[in-house]
Amino acid sequence: MSATTDSTTMTKAVGSAHTRVEGVAKVTGTARYAAEVPHPELAHGWLVLSTIARGRIRSVEDAPVLGMPGVLAVLHHGNAPRLDGTYTTPFGPPDRGLQLLQDERVPFVGRPVALVVAETPEQAREAAEALVVRYDEEPHDVAFFADRPGMYTPEGAEQGKGDVAAELAASAVVVDARYSTPEEHHSAMEPHAATARWDGGRLDVIDSNQGSRWVADELAKLFSLDPDAVRVRSEHVGGGFGSKATRPHVVLAVMAATVLRRPVRVVLTRRQMFSLVGYRSPTEQRVRLGADPDGRLRALDHQAECLTSTVHEFIERSADFGRPLYDADAHHTVTRVVALDVPTPTWMRAPGEAPGSFALESALDELAEKCGIDPIALRLRNEPAVGPLSGLPFSGRNLRGCFEEGARRFGWADRDARPGVRREGRWLLGTGTAAAAFPTLSAPSTAAVTAEADGTFTVRVTAMDIGTGARTALTLVAADALEVPPDRIRMRIGDSEFGSAIIAGGSMGTRSWSWAIIAAARELRDRLVPGAAVPPEGITVRSDTSAAVGALPDMERHTFGAQFAEVAVDVTSGEVRVRRMLGIFAAGRIVNPLTARGQFIGGMTWGLSMALHEEAIRDQASGGHVGADLAGYHFSAHADIPAIEADWLDDPDPHDPIGIKGIGEIGVVGAAAAIANAVWHATGVRHRTLPIRPDRVLTAGAGGHA
Amino acid sequence: MREFGYERAVDVSSAVTLLAGDPDARFLGGGTNLVDLMKAGVERPARLVDIRELPLGRIDFTPATGLRIGATVTNADLAAHPEVRRRYPALAQAVLAGASGQLRNMATVGGNLLQRTRCGYFTDLAKPCNKRAPGSGCPAIAGEHHNHAILGASAHCVATHPSDMAVALTAFDAVVSYETASGTGELPLTDLYPPVGDTPHRETALPPGALITGVTLPPGPLAERSRYRKVRERASYAFAIGSIAAALDVRGGVVREVRLAFGAVASRPWRAREAERVLLGGPVSAEAFAAAADAELAAAEPLPHNGYKVQLMRNLVVAVLSELAEEASR
Repeated sequence: MSATTDSTTMTKAVGSAHTRVEGVAKVTGTARYAAEVPHPELAHGWLVLSTIARGRIRSVEDAPVLGMPGVLAVLHHGNAPRLDGTYTTPFGPPDRGLQLLQDERVPFVGRPVALVVAETPEQAREAAEALVVRYDEEPHDVAFFADRPGMYTPEGAEQGKGDVAAELAASAVVVDARYSTPEEHHSAMEPHAATARWDGGRLDVIDSNQGSRWVADELAKLFSLDPDAVRVRSEHVGGGFGSKATRPHVVLAVMAATVLRRPVRVVLTRRQMFSLVGYRSPTEQRVRLGADPDGRLRALDHQAECLTSTVHEFIERSADFGRPLYDADAHHTVTRVVALDVPTPTWMRAPGEAPGSFALESALDELAEKCGIDPIALRLRNEPAVGPLSGLPFSGRNLRGCFEEGARRFGWADRDARPGVRREGRWLLGTGTAAAAFPTLSAPSTAAVTAEADGTFTVRVTAMDIGTGARTALTLVAADALEVPPDRIRMRIGDSEFGSAIIAGGSMGTRSWSWAIIAAARELRDRLVPGAAVPPEGITVRSDTSAAVGALPDMERHTFGAQFAEVAVDVTSGEVRVRRMLGIFAAGRIVNPLTARGQFIGGMTWGLSMALHEEAIRDQASGGHVGADLAGYHFSAHADIPAIEADWLDDPDPHDPIGIKGIGEIGVVGAAAAIANAVWHATGVRHRTLPIRPDRVLTAGAGGHA
Repeated sequence: MREFGYERAVDVSSAVTLLAGDPDARFLGGGTNLVDLMKAGVERPARLVDIRELPLGRIDFTPATGLRIGATVTNADLAAHPEVRRRYPALAQAVLAGASGQLRNMATVGGNLLQRTRCGYFTDLAKPCNKRAPGSGCPAIAGEHHNHAILGASAHCVATHPSDMAVALTAFDAVVSYETASGTGELPLTDLYPPVGDTPHRETALPPGALITGVTLPPGPLAERSRYRKVRERASYAFAIGSIAAALDVRGGVVREVRLAFGAVASRPWRAREAERVLLGGPVSAEAFAAAADAELAAAEPLPHNGYKVQLMRNLVVAVLSELAEEASR
């Protein structure tokens, strides 16, 4: 394990376990989520979604519905306020999916075609379900399969060096395999919800999202408002995982509040979430590896395919995963995409890395088998000294340390490499491993820290706690930066008025927000005169990390990890049970071990769920989902989750003020591959299609080994 | 939401009278399926008659008459009953294999038998479904059907019955008691569910307005040596993709008595009478068990994506009967 190279003072809050500062409020129900904040005069909007996959709205027969009890308005493309669609966002062109009720075009099943607003949610729902919408239907195409027509290579999605064909031809050992992952959904526990109201010329919104400032800015652009005239607050958010961007519910709540001049709330149903908040694209992936007999890679070729909608381009960049991970003489990665008549996919926890690591880390395991060398040894044999494609140095690379510590704790050294030879009753047992890597990003943020007259400190930052424990982590960071105990910090987050800050996404929130808090706190500390009274209004210092973040040297910056899994497989019933998992991560300075462990274990649980359970099924005839609810869309139940252990190496980032990297996503990466590799070790059969369902296991049998 | 009437019945005769006068009324037991379907708009009763307070909450056992289970007994109470656990272990196991602790605390035995299929097309108003909207078609046959029926289905419907409990009851020759405004009646559980044919919307053979009042299981030692096994796509809180209830009596290396029922393969709990016939009086071996399973499954008509169920059921027959035979030999 590496020693700490950080030069900052070691203090006591960061690095010690703290329960959540809002924990009592959450478990006693006093913490209010977006759909729970009371408002006088509140009206309720209910979405009406398209039932065809492609075509045009012929008519919205709103007259009968307007006569129903409590109904205040039916907004549709014929009467809805116009939205601006010409702006840009920090993440590129705007999602045209937010141009809601602007025209008669229907691009997928589940697209909002109307919003019914009524005095109560029950009245709104009844009226929404009674609303007749007529369509002119056109033939749709929702069929996603490998190498299908219409695939194209988006800009920046291909990178490479060397001659893959030549190196493959010169390789003693070649793996050429195809992998598939299905459409997966975030399914955050708290459905998306927003309440919008006009308050003296200002738009005031309570919303469940991953970036209050981002949503406020986008609403200002959509509705052509002065950015200062929009305030979005999101004090508590019940999960996001990438799905809680600016979403239809908040746009339509604002639209209705604007038309009706009274507060309007829109809450999505679980079923509506399946078409309105994004999802992970299914993927088809082909990995070709060529190696010398000792496992040294001559060729690494990862070609991934995904889908997007006809409305907006989102790329699930699965092939990017291998770029920093392994060196090879010829190295080629590309992700292609096809636009179909489906909703737009989006970021979902470890976007790209989750499916990409399943394919590449499974292929590495296949190569280890073919070469007859240990899977960990194979990976360590291909460790690059610098970025394989960029040539840049790594800011830190502790994959080897993760594997060594993980192997020691998992008992890897005793492993019999032969597949299909361990039996316990009806169960075949096996173990597997995989590498994990995820980019370490940081983004400019602002923060304000106020020394109050009573000796406490108030921190204001548009950070978001989407269940991660960010609020608590930032409290600890602020306490250390101000050299006071955490109970003297009042951490205020989730309010767009606190200024510009990065979203809770890309595993960069805590790192980026902490940076801003530390900058303001340190300056404030310098300004406070010991013994002098603080004025009643307090002393406030603001920070902006744009320059500091912009000055970061160009490097390969990543977190790393090693995943281990043991599984039991009954090939006569097809059941797969994970018996234990271990993840060892090198992911920067850990601010709060208690909630960090939750992030890692939560990520690994996602990986298990991805490996064995999650799969949204699209009905080809209608173009919509079948079983779009949590009875039909299975994720792991408690009974599926075994003892999961996660731990980390001391791995501070050398360029962050206190060494933080980011931990929100790395736990997912490689976990499904470790499980799939363990299933092979148990049964002798490779499962290259997720989820590894009982019918697939049963049909594949035991590969003649058992 | 659509408004509906709600009444709480105090005795069976008033309950059936309330329903007899109102074809749009439904009995409300635990509500664990009906209320969900009301939210989805699949069920639209004008009135609910709550039967939870009826005096049908008893479980009685005597060696002479067997087990009598009141219709409003909860799943949780049924599975925990000492006589059920001792004398009908497969029944207790089946109940515990279903749903979750919270749902089992609410769900009732009568409601369990009458629960609707979980086919994703049935529960989605935007899609055709012959069971929900007769004549609209069955999109599952050409669409998503990897957990649909392989036995006894038709070109009109391939949905399965979702109950675990009913599979064990079917193996044990359960008889269903019911009452209508014009009197009482009984039906063997195997006759409660009519063939699918071209009327998949007709799900029971009960007369209109009937209230299930209880279920009776005959006495006998065979059920004490029984077992239920369920295979599903996650370890808990999922419906079966294949399940089996089995009871076996072996004497002198020969099958003296056997009961077999399959779940998740048909529109009803599937009593495997052909397999039982083949096994009876025959040897106790994996080969004999497999041959019996094959005899039963010869009638299977799998669709493109559910053919695995044939192999799954065959494996389950062999595995569970082998386990029971081994226990008998100890």
